[in-house]
Amino acid sequence: MIELLQVRMRRLLRRVLTRPRIDLPLAAGLLLLSMVGLATLYSAADGSVALVGGQAVRFVLGFALLLLISRIPPSTLRNWTPWLYAGSTLLLVVVAVLGEGRGADRWLNLGVMRFQPSELVKLTMPMMAAWYLHPRQLPPGWKDIAVVGVLIAIPAVLIARQPDLGTALLVAAAGAFALFLSGMAWWRIGLLLGGAGAMVPVVWHLPFIHQYQRERVLTLLNPESDPLGNGWHIIQSQIAVGSGGVFGKGWMHSSQSRLDFLPEHTTDFIFAVFSEEFGLVGVCLMVALYAFIIGRCLWIAMEARDTYSRLLAGAIGMSLFVYVFVNGGMVSGMLPVVGVPMPMVSYGGTSAVTLLTGFGMLMSIHAHRKRHD
Amino acid sequence: MKLRRAIKDARSEGELFRRRAVAGFVLILLGLAGLIGRYVFLQVERYDEFATRSENNRVKPLPIPPARGLIYDRNGVLLANNVPAFRLEVVPEQVKDMNAMLAQLGRVIPLGQDDLDAFHKQLKQSRRFESVPLKLRLTEDEIDRFAVNRWRFPGVDVVPYLNRRYPFGGLFAHVIGYVSRIDADDLARLDPSRYKGTTHVGRIGIERSYEDVLHGTPGYELVEVNADGRTQRVLQTHPATPGRNVYLSIDVRIQKAAEAAFDGKPGAAVAIDPRNGQVLAMVSVPTYDPNLFVDGISHADYDALTSAPDKPLLNRALRGVYPPGSTVKPYVALGGLELGLRTPQDTVLSTGTFYIPGQSRGYRDDRRGGFGTVNLRTAIMWSVNTYFYKLALDMGIDRFSAWMGKFGFGKPTGIDLDGEASGILPSREWKARRFKQAWYPGETVIAGIGQGYWAVTPLQLAHALATLAGRGTPYAPRLVMATQTGVDQPKIPLANPPSGPSLVTSQGNWQAVEQGMQMVVNDPRGTAYGLGKGFPYTIAGKSGTAERYSRRTDAYNENKSLAYLASRHRAWFEMFAPAEDPRIAVAVVLEEGAWGASSAGPIARKILDAWLATQPDAPPDTPLPPGGLPSVGAPPTAPAPPASSGEDQPAEASTQDTPP
Repeated sequence: MIELLQVRMRRLLRRVLTRPRIDLPLAAGLLLLSMVGLATLYSAADGSVALVGGQAVRFVLGFALLLLISRIPPSTLRNWTPWLYAGSTLLLVVVAVLGEGRGADRWLNLGVMRFQPSELVKLTMPMMAAWYLHPRQLPPGWKDIAVVGVLIAIPAVLIARQPDLGTALLVAAAGAFALFLSGMAWWRIGLLLGGAGAMVPVVWHLPFIHQYQRERVLTLLNPESDPLGNGWHIIQSQIAVGSGGVFGKGWMHSSQSRLDFLPEHTTDFIFAVFSEEFGLVGVCLMVALYAFIIGRCLWIAMEARDTYSRLLAGAIGMSLFVYVFVNGGMVSGMLPVVGVPMPMVSYGGTSAVTLLTGFGMLMSIHAHRKRHD
Repeated sequence: MKLRRAIKDARSEGELFRRRAVAGFVLILLGLAGLIGRYVFLQVERYDEFATRSENNRVKPLPIPPARGLIYDRNGVLLANNVPAFRLEVVPEQVKDMNAMLAQLGRVIPLGQDDLDAFHKQLKQSRRFESVPLKLRLTEDEIDRFAVNRWRFPGVDVVPYLNRRYPFGGLFAHVIGYVSRIDADDLARLDPSRYKGTTHVGRIGIERSYEDVLHGTPGYELVEVNADGRTQRVLQTHPATPGRNVYLSIDVRIQKAAEAAFDGKPGAAVAIDPRNGQVLAMVSVPTYDPNLFVDGISHADYDALTSAPDKPLLNRALRGVYPPGSTVKPYVALGGLELGLRTPQDTVLSTGTFYIPGQSRGYRDDRRGGFGTVNLRTAIMWSVNTYFYKLALDMGIDRFSAWMGKFGFGKPTGIDLDGEASGILPSREWKARRFKQAWYPGETVIAGIGQGYWAVTPLQLAHALATLAGRGTPYAPRLVMATQTGVDQPKIPLANPPSGPSLVTSQGNWQAVEQGMQMVVNDPRGTAYGLGKGFPYTIAGKSGTAERYSRRTDAYNENKSLAYLASRHRAWFEMFAPAEDPRIAVAVVLEEGAWGASSAGPIARKILDAWLATQPDAPPDTPLPPGGLPSVGAPPTAPAPPASSGEDQPAEASTQDTPP
């Protein structure tokens, strides 16, 4: 019995090694990123082994999921897509009706664990957009753009109402990237972006935009006006980043978080700790690592066999940019404080598991790429 | 036929994607470059500035929660105050192992399960660097024991705070309500920066509806901290702005007398000043101790309150709805005059039974054989159903409900409390909405005597009576008459302009109704004769008795046992005084009262007596014999039994011959 298992394991191992279903450069990038993430977390959490251990367990779970998903062919993923999208959107509705959370209703209590359906939508959204565009004539016309727009708007509005503007932004961006990659004409993009810009004053007054969200934007302009609230986050975070200088204060030497001045320094503001400890050099290397992963995703997308795989892979890769840009901008006081984590670095399980699941799809797409003969 | 364009060109699509992917990547690189530019700006350009600030960063702002505004009665008697107390707080971020710490701490200071439950609940909701209260109201002994062991518990501290107390306990529970600890729903609703450091929020009553006034604005102090985050010294203090004090229009003496008058029997009373809508007393019996809720009520206490058969948590004045019975007759009478359907002198013959022309169904009077020929005044005095059956029928349901609606029936009165019940004003639209059925004339008839679909709250009746007594000028009832920014500051009165034009166009009409109501109390034939005895001002009033159950037979009920009747009837009384120039209007409901006049009437009279004692210009010879007044249930001076005097009988005529 055990021998049989061993034989099977050995065979699987051989197959993984000889005909790898995973893209090694991408996997290497992700592994490196998770190592840096854990090291930063260890420092930010003031040497808490429990915290880092918990995060490491989630990473292991995430990588296991990645391997598992990578074995599902993209055609199967495509067949499941409408159901997954509908299911995850339904869960959002359920959360809207009976969710619970700290202040914001984002969580669904399953008894054993609490679960955030909006995380799921981060994946099902680009899948759905790709699924819809897959059989269409590309580049898409207004009709198809409108349909995808509605598909984006339904979950995005539900999430924004929770209220979780950060995740809503990520979801909307993932769908929008699929449209962009499908070849949507530049003039149409310009027109829509211009229109959206003109809508900003309208959105500002929408009833589900909470007062605190408006205030976050306002305090960004003048952080000193709100020493007890968000202004404090912004000021302290900028002090942390700025005092890091070019070479940083060194690992485990961020005084800002050590002395408790930096709130949320293991989650949303962890990149401030990183910047303080590793300085501009560290920031550049980190951004380069993210750029490499994004580039590799797009490369995998270009090699993909069909439209669905291309759009899905490209959209997932490009979403990573939104994470990095929004979190990095928020930590440095360039963008308002919205709850977007730094991927694989911020503490928090669901986000890392979602990301790695998404990369699992990329691995699958890579395995089923066009064969260059 | 044209070829469908939908044949996909895989090659060109692939090429299109390739171009887009490259373009996307270039844009992303530009974005990331911009991001790095921002970091260059912070870490190179402004490095010196931030390095200095980081070096000097030993200063933290700590919120100072504002003291909650106090609540006084109209004469400055303190009804809700803040008592200094100490509590244990935990900063989760500074605790390595929360469970171990709680177990150890439990050996120093006993922690109840309720404390731990509340703590864990709040722990989940708050951020890790914000302190969470663990145990409120520490005893001195507990504080001492913790002080000795404090070094063992980093992140745990004893913190002074102000605890809300309601010195009158249950007396104002249904008016002031209470504050309780902020929970998850509150956190979503409240402005987080205004509630930094605040642990309690108004839950119901005045505490809730005047939350914005009472709460105040937090301040903060800049403190220097050491490496453990413990405060070393305070550098700067920006004091909090305390909440404003609130003055109720209620007089605690009238409130006390009103509650005492019920003698524990379930019911409610509301007294309003008709000249401005100020509420002078508002009681709901039984009541509960609001102090129990402030620090989180224990399960045992809460279960006892919710399972009590008398429902002490129910605010009967605000949310209890009852059929008004004959108390609506004065308003119907005024409607007949104002709409030009009657003059005060018009008479109607009461024979004991009223028939809608062409129908065989009969609607009964209270007295067998009827009251003979009655006019508006005597109809009110005797509470003659026939007069009002006919008047309601002549008005028609549409004019009837429009007129009664002007007195505020069927809708919230607009009092400054949340959660008011609307009651039911019978109308064609209401019935269509509720039952999807047409309106029958028989329903108009019984609506005229306050039966049928009718449901009113004691507050609504008091509001309607105050509107009537104030010669038709409606004011939304108000509990708060003034606010104040500090104890030594002047009171700022809250304006309460009339909520509409006067309902009365002719003083003659008003006087006719008022005289009818005076005769109820002061004419030997009146249904509540005797209630005005020994009172220096003339009282005008009207009783009402409504059945709690539908009548099943046509027979007059011969069981005159008061206990039996009390179990079947709801007793109402409304009265105002002085009749010529009303300054107080009172509505009383007793859930189990045998008769309106004899059961609820004396309660209303006791409220008037208490009010009189508070009036500086009361006539000097005011007799106020303690206990010399008719008491509930044993009416020595109350009117004779209903059969002889025609006391307002419950007239659930509607159901006596409902069509099969």
